Amino acid sequence: MGDTKEQRYFKGSTDGKAPSRTDPLKGAKERYDLIVIGSGLGGLTAANLLARAGHSVAILEQHYNFGGLATWFKRRGGHVFDVSLHGFPVGMKKTCRKYWNAEIADSIQRLDGIRFENPQFTLDTEFTRADFTDKLVTVFGLERARVEAFYAELAGMNFYDDAGETVGQLFERHFPGRNDVHRLLLEPISYANGSTMEDPAIAYGIVFSNFMSQGVYTFQGGTDKLVRAMKAELEKNGVDLFNKVQVERVVVEGGAVRGVLAEGRFLGAHAVISNANLKSTVERLVGAEHVSPAFLAGVRGVRLNNSSTQVYLGIREGEELPWVTDLLFTSTRATFDSPALCDLHGESRTFSFYYPKTRPGSNRATIVSSTNARWSDWAHLDDAAYEREKARLVADTLDALDRHVPGVRAKIDHVEAATPRTFAFYTQHPEGTSFGTKFEGLQYSFDLPKEVRGLYHAGSVGIIMSGWLGAANYGVITANKADAFLRAELPEAPAKDVLVPRPAPLPAPLPQDTATTRQGTTA
Amino acid sequence: MTREEIIEAIKDIIHTIAPDEDLSNLNTSERLRDQIELDSMDFLDIVMELRKRYGVQIPEEEYKELATLDGCVAYLGPKLAGKSLKVGV
Ligand SMILES: Cc1cc2nc3c(=O)[nH]c(=O)nc-3n(C[C@H](O)[C@H](O)[C@H](O)COP(=O)(O)OP(=O)(O)OC[C@H]3O[C@@H](n4cnc5c(N)ncnc54)[C@H](O)[C@@H]3O)c2cc1C
Repeated sequence: MGDTKEQRYFKGSTDGKAPSRTDPLKGAKERYDLIVIGSGLGGLTAANLLARAGHSVAILEQHYNFGGLATWFKRRGGHVFDVSLHGFPVGMKKTCRKYWNAEIADSIQRLDGIRFENPQFTLDTEFTRADFTDKLVTVFGLERARVEAFYAELAGMNFYDDAGETVGQLFERHFPGRNDVHRLLLEPISYANGSTMEDPAIAYGIVFSNFMSQGVYTFQGGTDKLVRAMKAELEKNGVDLFNKVQVERVVVEGGAVRGVLAEGRFLGAHAVISNANLKSTVERLVGAEHVSPAFLAGVRGVRLNNSSTQVYLGIREGEELPWVTDLLFTSTRATFDSPALCDLHGESRTFSFYYPKTRPGSNRATIVSSTNARWSDWAHLDDAAYEREKARLVADTLDALDRHVPGVRAKIDHVEAATPRTFAFYTQHPEGTSFGTKFEGLQYSFDLPKEVRGLYHAGSVGIIMSGWLGAANYGVITANKADAFLRAELPEAPAKDVLVPRPAPLPAPLPQDTATTRQGTTA
Repeated sequence: MTREEIIEAIKDIIHTIAPDEDLSNLNTSERLRDQIELDSMDFLDIVMELRKRYGVQIPEEEYKELATLDGCVAYLGPKLAGKSLKVGV
């Protein structure tokens, strides 16, 4: 390449640009059946499925790592930090088996310990329906039948008959005046997807039924291993993967997708799936001129979810981290209320303790503290104030941690903080949103192809389609729609040749996972 | 495809999605979800697999037609007319 292109560094929320001399789109074809913008779990899963279905697929990711928020980073001293591997529901195992492969699914393991510690209650839980029910009866003194009725109502909730009730109203109806019970039932979900008392009960119900029912799961080997395995699977299925590629525009003509503009180059595509945030997809990548005014106004009105802060603590090599639990929901706040979870220097945080079992074969341990956070509290700080607030976040976190692991400071040799600005910088999500948009975003995400033919969205949206499992499954839902479109659209699609009776074409190979499981069960 | 072949086609797809389920005693008039562990994502997989194997396009509003095996036969019959069964792919 003749000229030197500006390339972003990724070393924190305030870094600038570094020159790059390599062409990140080297080897890209002129045209693909489908281009996926962004490599979060939604984008990756959609790409994998569509490649397996026989389409030619490329993924364009602006960061140097694939995985989006499912990410990790390494630091001096041999530390590896996971960013969003605190835990996910058991359903991830099935999703990985069906849409990825057995190797990935088999690395999913249940966490051993989950603890709550706050002024209202302290308890260890298996995070199962049976155990929560027992705790609500024995620790909180509720009648078993009332707890069962709550679970039953949530399990029976139907996505299509949203009664307009909020989470707070749902709780008051079942457990009036029991702020402690509300805390137990909502706090984990608030950390998992930003839910508040004001959000629709239906969104809460769906996530609660998936999540607080059969334990919390993790990926053994760490996020780096997961993303490596996914990359290998994508390559095996013929997906072209490009990192450090900034998509600038989705190119739309006559109401239909023509391709994308990335790094100053046009790449043609019959369909595009955007894994970028819904609002940036519409407002930045597509542009107001290509959607109806009503749709645009609607998208502009969609609320973003909250962001996060994190503090990454590396235990020095040779030091042992005593067993506490895997996941600790902790607060010094007397009572629970949703907005306070996002407060700057609030009193609530979660700790994920990563013992050596996280990465078998390694003897290292790390601790990651997370809080929910508001963009507005961090966005406008000048450099000095920003550093000061980060230092305070770290100090508060270490104080809180010391109550659970006395003397822990002496064992730590790496400390680093991330803020909403960090998340915005790495993902380009507006306001550094950690979990996409609020509930109303779902409809606009679904309706995008009605505005622009061939354009689909598969990224965290509507509360329910976020988190590792939600994002991956949303990738599948979107892939199904894009596949229907591509097969109807493309003259060479396999769909057409079945109409004419002729010697059956060679069947498409079955994905590895089902093929191997099958042999296993029929043998 | 005959009625038997359509049922065979659906069962073969379900077998790839839920390999641990016993499909030998399925009642054709009862909802599939009530007889075996099939969630809404699994139904999506059935739809995608029907499209891939047989080129059948099923609009979202009509997914519900596939709730029972009898429903599958009635709904897919015309769409699968003249096509041949592909199992064990
Ligand atoms: C601190 C934190 C902790 C979390 N913990 C958990 C947890 O324990 N369990 C859990 O299940 N979930 C957790 N989550 C949520 C979960 O990580 C996300 O919901 C999920 O990973 C999002 O996936 P996604 O497909 O929506 O895409 P994202 O991961 O948001 O990725 C989108 C990708 O698109 C890329 N992109 C955007 N614009 C462009 C462009 N123009 N050109 C090229 N590329 C672009 C971005 O770089 C990014 O890689 C956590 C999130 C945060 C922030």
